[in-house]
Amino acid sequence: MSVDAIQTALIVAAHVLFAVAAALTIVRIVRGPSILDRAVASDVLLTEVLCLLGAEMVIHQHTRTLPVMLIVAAVGVFGSIAVARFVARRDQ
Amino acid sequence: MDAALDIAALVLVLLGAFLCLTAAIGLLRFRDVPSRLHAATKPQVLGVMLIAAAIALSMRSWTVVVALIPVVLIQLATAPLNAHMVGRQAYRNGTVDEATLVVDELADRS
Repeated sequence: MSVDAIQTALIVAAHVLFAVAAALTIVRIVRGPSILDRAVASDVLLTEVLCLLGAEMVIHQHTRTLPVMLIVAAVGVFGSIAVARFVARRDQ
Repeated sequence: MDAALDIAALVLVLLGAFLCLTAAIGLLRFRDVPSRLHAATKPQVLGVMLIAAAIALSMRSWTVVVALIPVVLIQLATAPLNAHMVGRQAYRNGTVDEATLVVDELADRS
């Protein structure tokens, strides 16, 4: 088995895993009973986007989306914090 | 040597993708918000670390490593903050499965 074949197999496997993970996460975002479940699930989806950006850089051998990774990592936390702090209060 | 490093980077990417999949399965199968938070933390820290190591192995330049360190540090700093806020609000909303708690140290304060 040549090096190219091994690399192709690894890339295809990673793509399949990312696709299944994102699909399952979207199922939880749609179904999630409370807004907090949806916040957690969308945070996971954002992390998957972060990992996918990195994986794409590894596969295609470039570093152009490295600043995007930095910004997504820095800004992504505010979404679920804002939801948990201001949206998810139960009305008493 | 280069081919070996490239394959090692791809294996790390595959491990990161596998962690994302475990988080998604955990989100689907667990029952309440805190246990789903537990599943969600795996790709946030270890997955991003593995992907960052893969990028560093694949590019083999120190400037890329310098750009990757803040990504990992920001993830390490914000993941517990995020989990704390969501978990606290989940407890206050009562969306915690009380039957599975061993100790509830906040029970007499609320």
